[in-house]
Amino acid sequence: MDQVENFPNFSSSMNNSSRNSTFGHSGSKPVSYGSKGADSGALSMSQKEISDEDARLVYVDDPERTNERFEFSGNSIRTSKYSIITFLPRNLFEQFHRVAYIYFLIIAILNQLPQLAVFGRGVSILPLAFVLFVTAVKDAFEDWRRHKSDKVENNRIASVMVDGQFQGKKWKDVKVGEIVKIAANETIPCDIVLLSTSDPTGVAYVQTTNLDGESNLKTRYAKQETQAKVPEKERFIGLIKCEKPNRNIYGFQGNMEVDGKRLSLGSSNIVLRGCELKNTNWAVGVVVYCGHETKAMLNNSGAPSKRSQLETHMNLEIIMLSVFLVALCSVTSVCAAIWLKSHKNELDLMPYYRKLDFSEGEMESYQYYGWGLEILFTFLKSVIVFQVMIPISLYISMELVRVGQAYFMIRDSRMYDAATNSRFQCRALNINEDLGQIKYVFSDKTGTLTENKMEFQCASIWGVDYSSTEASLEHGHQAECSAQVDGKVLKPKMKVKVNQKLLQLSKNSFRNVEGKQIYDFFLALAACNTIVPLVVDTSDPTVKLIDYQGESPDEQALAYAAAAYGFMLIERTSGHIVIDIHGKRQRFNVLGLHEFDSDRKRMSVILGYTDNSVKLFVKGADTSMLSVIDKSLNAEILRATETHLHSYSSLGLRTLVIGMRDLSVSEFDQWHFAFEAASTALLGRAALLRKVASNVENNLCILGATAIEDKLQKGVPESIESLRTAGIKVWVLTGDKQETAISIGYSSKLLTNSTTQIIINSNNRESCRRHLQNALVKSRQPLAASAVPNNFEGFSDAIATPIALIIDGTSLVYILDSELEEELFELASRCSVVLCCRVAPLQKAGIVALVKKRTADMTLAIGDGANDVSMIQMADVGVGISGQEGRQAVMASDFAMGQFRFLVPLLFIHGHWNYQRLGYMIIYNFYRNAIIVLVLFWYVLFTAYTVTTAINEWSSMLYSIIYTAFPTIVVGILDKDLSKRILLKYPQLYGAGQRREAYNKKLFWVTMADTFWQSIVVFFVPLFAYWGSTVDISSIGDLWTLSVVILVNLHLAMDIIRWNWVIHAVIWGSIVATVICVMIIDAIPTFSGYWAIFNTAATGLFWLCLLGILIAALLPRFAVKYIYQYYYPSDIQISREAEKFANQRVIGGNRQIEMYPIPDGPPR
Amino acid sequence: MMEPHSAPTPKKYSKKPKYSKFSQQELPAWKPILTPGWVISTFTVVGIVFIPVGLASLFSSESVEEAAIRYDDKCLNEIHAQNAVAFIKNDMTNKTCTTSWTVERKMQGPIFIYYQLDNYYQNHRRYVKSRNDKQLVNPASEGDTTNCYPQDKTNGSMPIVPCGLIAWSLFNDTYKFWVNTKSLTVNKKDISWGSDRSHKFGSKVYPKNFQLGGLVGGAKLDENIPLNQQEDLIVWMRTAALPSFRKLYGKIETNLEVNDLVEIVIENNYNTYEFGGNKRLILSTATWIGGKNPFLGMAYLFVGGVSLLCAIVFILLYVIKPRPLGDPSYLSWNKNPGILK
Repeated sequence: MDQVENFPNFSSSMNNSSRNSTFGHSGSKPVSYGSKGADSGALSMSQKEISDEDARLVYVDDPERTNERFEFSGNSIRTSKYSIITFLPRNLFEQFHRVAYIYFLIIAILNQLPQLAVFGRGVSILPLAFVLFVTAVKDAFEDWRRHKSDKVENNRIASVMVDGQFQGKKWKDVKVGEIVKIAANETIPCDIVLLSTSDPTGVAYVQTTNLDGESNLKTRYAKQETQAKVPEKERFIGLIKCEKPNRNIYGFQGNMEVDGKRLSLGSSNIVLRGCELKNTNWAVGVVVYCGHETKAMLNNSGAPSKRSQLETHMNLEIIMLSVFLVALCSVTSVCAAIWLKSHKNELDLMPYYRKLDFSEGEMESYQYYGWGLEILFTFLKSVIVFQVMIPISLYISMELVRVGQAYFMIRDSRMYDAATNSRFQCRALNINEDLGQIKYVFSDKTGTLTENKMEFQCASIWGVDYSSTEASLEHGHQAECSAQVDGKVLKPKMKVKVNQKLLQLSKNSFRNVEGKQIYDFFLALAACNTIVPLVVDTSDPTVKLIDYQGESPDEQALAYAAAAYGFMLIERTSGHIVIDIHGKRQRFNVLGLHEFDSDRKRMSVILGYTDNSVKLFVKGADTSMLSVIDKSLNAEILRATETHLHSYSSLGLRTLVIGMRDLSVSEFDQWHFAFEAASTALLGRAALLRKVASNVENNLCILGATAIEDKLQKGVPESIESLRTAGIKVWVLTGDKQETAISIGYSSKLLTNSTTQIIINSNNRESCRRHLQNALVKSRQPLAASAVPNNFEGFSDAIATPIALIIDGTSLVYILDSELEEELFELASRCSVVLCCRVAPLQKAGIVALVKKRTADMTLAIGDGANDVSMIQMADVGVGISGQEGRQAVMASDFAMGQFRFLVPLLFIHGHWNYQRLGYMIIYNFYRNAIIVLVLFWYVLFTAYTVTTAINEWSSMLYSIIYTAFPTIVVGILDKDLSKRILLKYPQLYGAGQRREAYNKKLFWVTMADTFWQSIVVFFVPLFAYWGSTVDISSIGDLWTLSVVILVNLHLAMDIIRWNWVIHAVIWGSIVATVICVMIIDAIPTFSGYWAIFNTAATGLFWLCLLGILIAALLPRFAVKYIYQYYYPSDIQISREAEKFANQRVIGGNRQIEMYPIPDGPPR
Repeated sequence: MMEPHSAPTPKKYSKKPKYSKFSQQELPAWKPILTPGWVISTFTVVGIVFIPVGLASLFSSESVEEAAIRYDDKCLNEIHAQNAVAFIKNDMTNKTCTTSWTVERKMQGPIFIYYQLDNYYQNHRRYVKSRNDKQLVNPASEGDTTNCYPQDKTNGSMPIVPCGLIAWSLFNDTYKFWVNTKSLTVNKKDISWGSDRSHKFGSKVYPKNFQLGGLVGGAKLDENIPLNQQEDLIVWMRTAALPSFRKLYGKIETNLEVNDLVEIVIENNYNTYEFGGNKRLILSTATWIGGKNPFLGMAYLFVGGVSLLCAIVFILLYVIKPRPLGDPSYLSWNKNPGILK
């Protein structure tokens, strides 16, 4: 997993180390991406003996004693957060974690002070109460659903040993130390250590779909010492000492004392909650972790939260708005101070101030706290009145909009994958708009660009190349291989193209040397793996299918290939395998199995033949194998094989080398002793086993090599071309060899013949530096030669011949985390393509970090395997492919989908729309709130600076809730600037997001200037029109209210691009709703504005003002918008016009410009 | 080539999203684009509509005949001018003053009589809140004087009706008119909003304990007349929006002819000297646009004019430098050929 992707899946069961690391730091950021391997930390873990404090002691079949100290949790789970009693306090507590709500609360509290009571008590709490209530209802509903599912889960029945008998017991009552029995296809209720299974060798097969999504079966073992015991007959006495509960689902450390013997327990002895028992009649185990301490529950955490770039930028502008707010409040209070000072002597008796109170006989001032305090109060009062300057409601609206956008992304039938029957998934709800600004795409290769469905293609045996590509299915030479077992025909589930010549050779020659090699070669393919053959019934009762279940698609492909050539693996237990060789059943004892690990990059099996001879078969990555092959033997063949390997990998095939060796009795004994010692070692078992394996895997005799094709996914080359046309840089990070990577680069159109390739593969720092510097010089030359100014940032690298950088993991070790990073980045940013081969998972994250640190551009990482998790979490946007390699990438991702090609609609359509929508929405919300604040502010200047509001307090609170909120949310969800067709046709349009066209500082300031103008019109037109007239506060206030609301809605209407019925309804609906609200408020006799709207709307002046305001306020915007759109059209604008007028335009002008059409995306 | 054997595959429930125009975001929509035609016609229409409307409002504003007589200074003789505050506060001084005015153009009845106060912040925060709307309408809430402090209760803790600073500071200047030595009747009925009389001020609520405190702020009210008939109070309590405001005093139902000499007797009681406010008496006719105010007409003319100008400029620009709409050759990546590929 660490280094080579040739076996991306071997690791899932074995290589705990890298899994450790990927799972371990989902919370915390890794520090170093460079040289040190990922597993160094985990290694030291396994070498530690579990000390008593760190251990959990479980007395088998003695739950009373085990739970004596009540320290272990029971098996009942609670995923719900609240109970009826705790709901209110806890929910409120959680909601107030948001800064926005605290702001609301402080303002509301300030308003409760009698000196500062600007608004009525009820009114001031309204906005806060509204959002709290809505959120609480949502939370309550979600929690109710969790309660329901918890209840179902807790009341399932498990079979538990009570008084020497297995009895049904509810899941929630299961305790640590109890013995449970699980029947086939049952779900495991808690984490248990296997004691015995129905299989005599103690094997149990489990399916871990619920845990990690991998659908193939995994093998788990009961210890031989416990397998023989029958718990029903004799009481089981033993003590398990194991580590404390932790999140690592691929690791377990412990030992068991039984009958005075100490047995070591590892991850292959534990079965986790949520898994299902398959192909095993029953299994008995002892409970070690329960309920919330099970690994499944500990891993039950959501996706990591990221913050969108738009929101980060928005926060800067919000700071700006806070500065405005403080400025407005300061102006108000300074003016108030001056006014108070200059009218100091008049205040006592002034009819509208009347500082003095005569009612109590003696004169004293009332509600006057001295000049200084009055100013402070004025300041605070203005903060309360102008509070909406900070658009708090924006945060809530944005969340709603993102939910709406997610709804449409999930429902998009373009992104539905029929093969896996999966929809698009939105796991993170706060970075939708980042999808519209991606500049770098980091892609995994296997399973992401390719299907990760392996097909056996070529074999090189004993120096001879046999390519199955030459064979054809048309001639009926299909491999129809079968075996007879108990009168039934067994067939492999998958058919494989075979090379006829090789098939013939494998069938009839066991005598000559060549035949012997072929025999050994296929025996190695069939035996040297961890495949479990499952027999599946078919409709024909005499025919059964063999389904090879394994964790690696490569192994499956090899096993099917071996079966096609007549070496059919029929049975595997922990002690032996049965292989049907051309109709003859042969049984081999499996004496030892060294599983794959990332250091050795190979695996081996030791087979005992019936004639007592012992042989070692090894298969592995070519680099690791060539170093352990005895080069003195068969040098010719070795050279021929190497040539074949080279040609295979340049075809883009994944290669493996197969070797073998006879073991003499003394060698075997030596190995056996070491192996036994290592596998029972308590200290550093993994390292010891690795050492044992390395010792025996040497001086091998080469058998040959295999080549497996990993086919490109549908639509990958086209998608990559689209992405690159859009100015997105595509980096491919793969564990594959350089040759394989380059050939995939060609087939996926990343590389073309005109591309200049810069290859860096060095194994020390100095040569790395030299290479980098040379490459930099080389990359600068064509740029300097061409004098084209780089107006367009996104295309600057494409001016000269495109350069591709190919760099390998070893070089990256020296470059990452060193001063060479800078040079690499400079070089990479000049290249249009970067291919990184042989990279470890953490290096992938390191490369993403390298780019992320140095640019403000957005990065997206896409991958499907556990090795991509760190990269997915590091990138601004992580996309998981729900493919063959399990669900860890999906679990860590922000968005998940079935196919790589969905990236195109995701970015170009949804990303583009989301970005345009949210960018506009933020700007609009700033405008919407600022304009009402400014109108309120202007009025303050005419009220002796006493922050009187002409706009009714209810109206000013409802303004951001009812009057103007819905249109912006609906437009944020539904408006589209361009159609899907156009967006896919011109990927360049995506550049709008990369260049931040929908939201930037310039737009902010232009909008603020417009806001200023509009507020002036809104305020001063009525002011002058009614100056010196009989108008009362409420009437002019209603006029201001209506004009602001209609104005902001028309402003929005002016910018809407597509008017469908929903948008019509919501825009005009809000205006109508506002009018109705204003009328209702004015129909309440106890309000001072009673009937004002009806009286004032009866005058012509009111309507003249309203019309004048709307037109005069919007005219400048209208004119500027037109000039900008017509004379400085953006690409989006032109495409919109083209979309609308395409049919009307006369075709065939003087100029016909090629549009570089990209074929339309996959049909719906 | 690997391919599945004829193994029976169970029919799975498909998660394929159901097609609908809504969920695929393909609802039929109107897609307006700012074409030169649209923009130029919009500007033209705005111009064509606004200029006549502006002219009409200017015209009607001009047709309003208005006389504004500032009297707060005129009604002080030289002795009192030294200490206006003392003069106005003294109950014993004679505050009657007369002035006259000659009608310049014919005034068609009804002629509205307003008093205008300048520099008077009826919209002051302390002031606007100093009232209790419940008390005004409901005899049962007589004792509810919340918000009215310090004009809430008398020294004997009796509630004041109407309470609060607004009522306390009720305007109390009065005017009498003679035209050519003949007394003019001033109609003081229906000078307030009908809605206020019917729902806001109770017909069974009578003034109580009003203006009995140490400091008299303004007019006194007849305790036998219910609040909903105290129209001066109702008018006063519709607090003005702006620091310079008019309040309707009454109406003259007859016409005033050119060169009629109007003599006015003013009881100059209201204290604006205290804070440097001034008082005016206004006689004005009214039109559909209200009183005399050329602002809106000018504004309309201005906006209309600018719109027409914009229309002309845009037409010229369009003629000089047209751009074919939706021409792909304007796309940024086509404008700089050779950048790609």
